[in-house]
This record gives sequence, structure tokens and C-alpha cells, in this order.
Amino acid sequence: MSVINSKISTKSAEFAANVSAMQVQVDDLKTTLAHISQGGGAKSCERHISRGKLLPRERVQGLLDPGSPFLELSALAAHDVYGEEVPAAGIITGIGRVSGQECVIVANDATVKGGSYYPLTVKKHLRAQAIAAENNLPCIYLVDSGGANLPRQDEVFPDREHFGRIFFNQANMSARNIPQIAAVMGSCTAGGAYVPAMADESIIVKEQGTIFLAGPPLVKAATGEIVTAEDLGGGDVHARISGVADHLANNDHHALDLARKAVARLNRVKPINGDLKEAIEPAYDAQEIYGIVPADSRKSYDVREIIARTVDGSDFDEFKALYGTTLVCGFARIFGYPVGIVANNGILFGESAQKGAHFIELCAQRKIPLVFLQNITGFMVGKQSENDGIAKHGAKMVTAVATANVPKFTVLIGGSFGAGNYGMCGRAYDPRFMFMWPNARISVMGGEQAAGVLAQVTRDKYERDGTQWSVEDEASFKQPIIDNYEHQGHPYYASARLWDDGVIDPADTRMVLGLSISASHNRVIEDTKFGVFRM
Amino acid sequence: MFTKILIANRGEIACRIIKTARHMGITTVAVYSDADRDALHVKMADEAVYIGPAPSNESYLVVEKLIQAAIETGAQAVHPGYGFLSENAEFCRQCAINNITFIGPPVEAILAMGSKSAAKTIMANADVPLVPGYHGDDQSPELLKNEADAMGYPVLLKAAAGGGGKGMRAVYSAEDFDSALNAAKREALSSFNDNIMLVEKYLLKPRHVEIQVFCDSHQNAVYLFERDCSVQRRHQKVIEEAPAPGMTPELRQEMGAAAIKAARAINYEGAGTVEFLLDSRGDFFFMEMNTRLQVEHPVTEMISGQDLVAWQLIVAAGEPLPCSQEQLKINGHAFEARIYAEDPDNDFLPATGRLSLLHPPAESSHVRVDTGVVEGDEVSIYYDPMIAKLIVWDTNRTRALARLTEALSNYRIAGVTTNIGFLYNLATSNAFSAGDVDTGFIEHHSDEIFRQREEDINYAAPLAASAVLTLRQEHAATIAQQSNEANSPWHLNNSWGRPNPTHTLQIQHSQRTLCANTETDLSHSSIVTTEDGFGLFTPQGYFSCRELLPDLGVDDLDTDSGNLKAPMHGTLIALMVDIGVAVKRGDTLLVMEAMKMEHTVLAPSDGVVTEFYFPAGALVEGGAELLSFEDHDL
Repeated sequence: MSVINSKISTKSAEFAANVSAMQVQVDDLKTTLAHISQGGGAKSCERHISRGKLLPRERVQGLLDPGSPFLELSALAAHDVYGEEVPAAGIITGIGRVSGQECVIVANDATVKGGSYYPLTVKKHLRAQAIAAENNLPCIYLVDSGGANLPRQDEVFPDREHFGRIFFNQANMSARNIPQIAAVMGSCTAGGAYVPAMADESIIVKEQGTIFLAGPPLVKAATGEIVTAEDLGGGDVHARISGVADHLANNDHHALDLARKAVARLNRVKPINGDLKEAIEPAYDAQEIYGIVPADSRKSYDVREIIARTVDGSDFDEFKALYGTTLVCGFARIFGYPVGIVANNGILFGESAQKGAHFIELCAQRKIPLVFLQNITGFMVGKQSENDGIAKHGAKMVTAVATANVPKFTVLIGGSFGAGNYGMCGRAYDPRFMFMWPNARISVMGGEQAAGVLAQVTRDKYERDGTQWSVEDEASFKQPIIDNYEHQGHPYYASARLWDDGVIDPADTRMVLGLSISASHNRVIEDTKFGVFRM
Repeated sequence: MFTKILIANRGEIACRIIKTARHMGITTVAVYSDADRDALHVKMADEAVYIGPAPSNESYLVVEKLIQAAIETGAQAVHPGYGFLSENAEFCRQCAINNITFIGPPVEAILAMGSKSAAKTIMANADVPLVPGYHGDDQSPELLKNEADAMGYPVLLKAAAGGGGKGMRAVYSAEDFDSALNAAKREALSSFNDNIMLVEKYLLKPRHVEIQVFCDSHQNAVYLFERDCSVQRRHQKVIEEAPAPGMTPELRQEMGAAAIKAARAINYEGAGTVEFLLDSRGDFFFMEMNTRLQVEHPVTEMISGQDLVAWQLIVAAGEPLPCSQEQLKINGHAFEARIYAEDPDNDFLPATGRLSLLHPPAESSHVRVDTGVVEGDEVSIYYDPMIAKLIVWDTNRTRALARLTEALSNYRIAGVTTNIGFLYNLATSNAFSAGDVDTGFIEHHSDEIFRQREEDINYAAPLAASAVLTLRQEHAATIAQQSNEANSPWHLNNSWGRPNPTHTLQIQHSQRTLCANTETDLSHSSIVTTEDGFGLFTPQGYFSCRELLPDLGVDDLDTDSGNLKAPMHGTLIALMVDIGVAVKRGDTLLVMEAMKMEHTVLAPSDGVVTEFYFPAGALVEGGAELLSFEDHDL
């Protein structure tokens, strides 16, 4: 193996300027996440606590193995989407260790709109389940929700990827022996009632958790029967009479303890895929990434500097280092797990795309997980490039990415534009996990380019009509387009809509990837059958 | 010199004697009961003879069995060690009848000192100073009380035949006299089969300073200086040292001369210890003479450079003492700490269990560990719960004390509750460092020794919280190493991606809730895991700690029935109240005897006993419900 020799000068003015630019973005991210972690606000939290309940984040803490890491997912979900604050979309999801096993945790936050399901709440819940299904991780649901958000029922209830899919997933994961454990720690009404009912094992907190298809008001409206919530579907009812719950907990802590015990007796052993080595810290400080990423996103830099601060011992064996140099491919380890790294180092040409396809084939053959570091403005355009068959070379890479049956992990470290997003395993290519840096941008093309294309079309029309289009008019035509692309291409906008699994501090990339890769090893890596490569 | 001796004892002292005998080329014979089949002293000895069931009154205390063992194995002499038959005149006599040398004093000396009251008369006649007291034959309670009243309180009640704190009670006022007398008599009767009591003036701030004497059959007598054994709890020695802090050469000579006078008064031979009470003015009074090797003899060995067991063998073989008084010199300072299986936080209740881990500190010219157990051995209910004696030596008291605290903090025992933390706190307390000791030391300084003060807890809290993280990280690292993917970042225990949690800790008897800070410097402290948490040896004391986990609630069916359970395995010796008769809160309901100590079970509130589940005399398991109590407060 060969250790990357970093050429960065940490003393330069440029480095310092980059650091401060990135620091501003990371600080903003941390401030935003800190605010989100407050849930539904002080008043709402106080009311929650006064009922003897733990806050949802405290529940997650209590469920996890003490001191072990927690990989929270999509914390920015629903951020600035609904015109009202719905922090984390009212549901906390993530991967954490419970009784020594990596599990997907889904915890409703009743302090946020009563834990009701907004469209993005559903999407986030389904995404967490998809992660569990793809990576063979047990699911633990900490239920405390009033059910679907009634005013938005059309975006929550009827479609394939709506509320009903939660239970479809539970049943199908259970069928694959991906354990489904639910702890009812508050309301669990209507459709929500199926979360514990569909679970393999369910727990309910006495005099606190309730499960019913219809709450007391609806029962009264429907049949005239007057009944308390506790008598209708409290812990005693379900643990002693109905059998909907399997374990009766005395309080939140007890429920979490019972859930931990339930995981402890699953009789699951993590399969080990391939050749593991001791984890070795990179030779360079990850914090230096701040100074490496140019403050001006149009400036280029050597992506190997990022790889050097991400992989074990900064050790990186490059594949075809001299060929198709705008795509860097090579073998490395992250926390001792072997990975193949595919990283952009400029625009994609025909050769780089063919090299990428070859490398992905190698990794799939050897069952080595792939890490994509995206910083791509797109494939090369123009006559020569088209004549050389950039489309079919790009198609080879896209075919390889789409069908490679190894775990794939994508980090957007810069731009993610156009077909480059496809070739580099964007969201549509089912990476097991996808994260963005705060400086990244994602859109079909750059704002400038899009404005330019649209302006050109408009200018053509003016010219066909024989009229003039002033430079000022063109500029005022383009600016809103540019602004809109900038707005919609921002990581928060993307993450709010679940286009990724979270925006991360670049310095945490190695840790986030390590946790994700390790989690993915809960599933055996299967053989790959590629599609037809256009030659 | 003998070629073969039998050791009529067990545990550390048997091992100790075997070591010297082996060094002198003498073959050793051990004896053992059912409980000691695999004990260390049996393995160390050249031969071993089985002498009966575990209870000592069916084995180690049965004179005929020991004599028989000596005869069968051809042992020429018997070393009785301490305790058991070491001061038993009948055993001594039987040895003589069977032509076996008793390694100890002549039977007359044992008899003379065996009765404390008789001993006092002899000492008074020999001009050895005595504490005012009543040592008469008239044992009527009225007379004893009158004597006590006349001396003025406090007074000390002692069993005439006693020792080791059994049958002993301090009485601070006339009202308490009768109940104390009854308890002392009962204990004396069960321990020594004799309930004759002495009444003595209880001196204030007295120190227990004893002189080691040695006499041979050639009229030679020397004293091997003093030991200060003032630090005691329940009249049992905890830490002994030599020389005594603050001792002057003049006073030493005076006390040595008195001790030799005492020994000569009874024509003593062999190793003996003359115990004195030394008051704050420098006056000393004869307490008693122990006609055997003492538990704490190693501190004398460390400062004198002599092997007292070797001396015993030499004297018993009829040879003269190896040294004259002029040849004996004090070199440096030594401490002995007795490591016991007991719970200092629960009134020193003896503990039992298996020594699942036993790592004593490394032995050196400074550190000596006398023990009779190895890892995996059982501390049973049958014998004294002493696990080991830790002895340290250095050139002066300050240095020796530093050796002691270091060695204590390196002593690792698991499986049984021990007094190590207590000893450490005692040794690191300011009062002990100053050498300002007396027999009431532990009571007077209990706040400091038990490290219960606000300042102690505040000091320990951040260290304890940090220790929680350290232990957790060590645990996580172990789990990682045992897994098939030790490299996984999921094994990291740094709370990555999580808020820094608060820990609620029980430290000694106080609680603190705080965030752990990994910056907290633990480099001068060491952490040991304990039965229910962990212990922290810090430069400012030992703290027993436990992280309190969230309350998981309780099942309604699980009711708490108070403290009416047997504190430990033992015998129920007396039911003190009648069924259905109203009792007041705090009244004694029954008395148990366990590990030769009495334990009372008190009424938790005003009420009545509705049933006793066991009759008097029953053997009861630790934790067993003893009685049913109806609470009248409710």
C-alpha cells in the first residue's frame, strides 16, 4: 500500500480563508441541528415531562448501549418546508447499538405536533425502514404519536410510499427475520396502532401508553360509547386482556430496559464479510479538510487530499492512476473495512467513465463496498466528446453503478450536477447511505448554466420575433433562476426533503462512513449480475 | 533441634510457621478439617493429617485428635500458632504427658495468665502497675455494679477467660450496666464456656502498647521492643505498628523492664506479649499477658530483623536465646494491616464468599504478605475471616506509611467484601499520619476515616464520574477484542453523536449527579471493580462508588418486608420477646450469633411479633426471613 503524501500548506493564506469559509457553514449546521434537537420547544417539552415521560431523545439515549455512538439520520427533515416548524419531521431516526447489536431506531417526538405524521415524517420513517431492510438491521420503534396529520391526509395516506407502507415493511422485514420491536410510550392511535400490533414483540408502558384504532372521541361519535383512554387501550388492557402487547413496563426506563432485553435475546450474529484489519487513524488531521475545500466552489483541488484524511493510515492503492485521471479510483480501508473509492477529480471524460466502470466491476467481483466522493459538474460535452461516444461510456459507468451488488456509500463533497450524479451513485442508485457536506450543491445543472440555457432559448425567441433583448433584461431574467437553483441546490433544502440521509461536518466523514460501512456488514454481500454494457 | 513438628493450626499462621521450619530443615505436619482439605497450609506442609469436620470444636479444638496426629506422625513438638489451643493448658499438659514438646510456655505460665483476675493478682504482687478494677470471685450483678459505680464510668466489662474482644463491653453509664453485663456474660459463656467477669476503669484516650518478650530455659529474658496496637474496632486490632509513635527510649526501657518483670513472675519461657494501656500522661498499666505468638508479631520481626518463630523453636528445643538485650536494635518502622473479609460500612459484619480474584501487592524487602489463602479459596463461616496480613517496612514512619497506602491500593480482591478501602482511608487520614492514635481512634475520627464529609464527596465526585467512563471504555475495549470485528467504530465508547450524559453516582453514602469529564486527571488514582460498583483509591482516600441506574419501577407484588432477615448465615441464639406482646420500635426481637459475634434484630417500629419462623438454636441461612412482624404504626 502507499501512503498519500499531502501537498497542502496549512500555513497559507488560502488555507486560512478556506477554513473560515467552511467554519461558518459548519457552525451554521451545528446551530441548526442544536435547535432541531430541542424538539417542539420548551413549553411542549415541559408538558411532556410533566406526564412522567422521557423526552424522545432521552428515550433514544436510554435505549442505546451507554457511551456507544449514535448515527442520527435526516435530522434536517422538514426543515423550512411546511411554513411551520416541524423539527426533524417529528420523528428521530438513526442507527445505534442496543445490547451490542446495530439497530435502526425510530422514535416519535410527541412534543412536535403531537408526533403526528406529516408527509416528510412518513418519508423519513420509510427511509429508516429501507435502511433496516437493506442492511438487515433490527428495528426498534418507540411509539408516541397521534397518527396521520389529518389536514394533509392526501399526501400521507393513499399512495404506495405513504402511511400504509410502514406496516407493509414491518410484515416483510419480519418475514425476512429482521426483528421488529415496538415500545408504546404514549399514544398509538388509528393506523399507528398497527406499529405495535405488527411488531414481533411489543412493550407498553402502564398508565401511559395507549393503543386503539379509534380514540375515545371517535368511539363516542361512532357508537355513543363513553370510555377512558386507559380502559379503551391502556397497558393493562393490552398486556392482560387483548394481548396486543407482550410486556408491561412500569415506566419509560423500564420499557427501554425491556426493549434492550428483547434485542439481547434475538439470537443474531453479525456476519463478517471479507478481510478485516485493525482500524488505523489517517496520517493527517481530518480537521484540515476545512482548509482544503476551496471557499470558491469553482476552484479545483486534488481529491486525494480528502481521501488522505478519510482512509486508514492515509493508505491508498490507486487503480489506473495514469489513465482517465479526472476520476480517482483505488483501494483503501476505513476502520479496517476494505473499500473501493471512486472520487471525482474534475469533469468526467470517456476514459474516466470507462475506468470507473472497470473499477466498480472489480469491487463487485471481490465484494468490496464502494465509497463515492462526488464533486462533479457533469460529463464532458461537445462534438468531439459526443463523437467519441461519451454517452455510451457514461452508460457503462451508470450500468456498473446501478447493478453493482455491493454496499455503496455516497458523500457529496462538492457539486452534484446532471448525469454526473447518476454515474457517481446519486440517490436514485440506492446507495446504502448518502450524506452531504454543508458546502455541497445538488441540481440538474449549475444555476449559471441553467439560467444560460433558459436565457438562450428566450433570446432565440426574441431573435425569431426580430426584437431585441437588453443585457439588463437578460440579467434580471437570469438572476431569479440562479437564485432559485442556489436555494434548491442547498444541502438543507435537499436534506429537508430526504434526498440524502443527513448533512455532516466534513471532519466527521471518516466516522460517519465507518459506522455506515460497519452497519452494512450486517447483511452478507451477495454476487453481482451486471446489465449489458454498451461497448 | 527438632526434626519434625506438628502445627496445630490453620490459615496464614500455619503457613508462616511452615516457612521458618522449612528454612531450619524441620519437617512439618499440617492438620486439616473438612473445610480445609485443599487449603494452602495443607499443600505447603510435608505431611497432613485429617482431624474432623469443619466446625473448629470438632477439629482444631479437639485436644485428643491433635495429640493423636502428633503421635501418629512422629512429631517431636507441636506449634499451636495463635488462637485455637495456643493458650489451652490442657493441651499443653497432654503434650507433656505424651512426650511431645509444646512450643510455648510451661503449663503453669498458661494457667497463671489464663485467668485475667488471677493474673492481675500475680502482677500486683510482682509490682507491675495495674488499672484500677475489680477482679474478685463474687460475681453477683449487684456487687459488680457497685464496684463499677465506685470506680466511676466509663468502665470496661471483660470476660476473665476472654480475649479477642469476645465477652467485652464498655459501659458509659449506670443505666446501661445491667444489659451490657448480660450480653457480655452470654458472649463469654458461648465463647469460653465461662462467664466470670472483670470490671475495670476505662481509661480515656488510652493507647494499647504491648511489649514482645522472650525467655529461655537458661534464665535469659529479653524484650523485642513494643508494638502500638491502639487502632482497634470492636476491640479487635486493625493496624499495628512498631515502634510506637512518640515512644521515648526511656519509656521503652521502663515498659520493657516491667514486661520482663511480669514474665519472670510466672517463670515464663518462649514468646510472650505483655499488653499495657498507656495513657496520655505516659503512665502505663498491665492489661494482660498473651502466652503465645501474636498475630501482629511480623512488625517486630521487620524492625528487629529477627525471626520470632525461629526463636520459639530454639527456645522450645532448650537452647539459649539467640541474642542478648544489648544486641537487639530497632531498625526503621513497620506496619501491619489486617485484611479482613468484612463490611466496614455495615458495622464490620464478617463477609463470606469465594475469593474469585486475589492479587496481593508484589512482595519485596518492603512489603510482606502473610496469608493462608489463594485465589479461588472460600472464606467460610467456620473460621476467622482474616484473608491476609499486609506488612510493610521502611526507614521511618512516614515512608513506611506511604508503603502501606501504596500496597493497599494495589491489593485486588474480588468475590468477597473486604476492609481494604477502610484500611486505606484509615492509613491516609491526617490523624493517623500524625501518629495521634488511641484505642478510640476509629470512633473519634470516623467522619474522616469513612470519608463521608461533604468535602470528601465533592472531591471524589468528578473522579468517580470520570472513572465510570474509564471503566466503560475498558469494558467496550474488552467486548471489541472478543468480537470478530474489533475494528468496528461501533465499539468506540466516546458517545459520538450523542449529548454528554449526566451520571448519578452513589459515592460512599451520598449522591451526586454530574457530567463526566474525560479531562479529569485520574493518573494518581486507581480504580477497582467491586461487587456492586467500583472503588476509587485516590490520594485523598478510598471511595466506594456505584452508578445509579434509572428507576425501573417495581412490581406491586414485590413488597419490602424490612430488615427482619438474617444478616448472615448463623445461629439463632435467643428469641427475646413473646409472640403477640407489644414491643417498641428498636426493642431487641431476637439475637443471632454468626462468625462468633452477636447480632441483634430490632423492632422496625412499634408492633407485635406474630410468628418466629425458627426456634432458638436453629442454624439460619443469610437473608432468611426470621419472623413476621405486625406494624402498629400503620
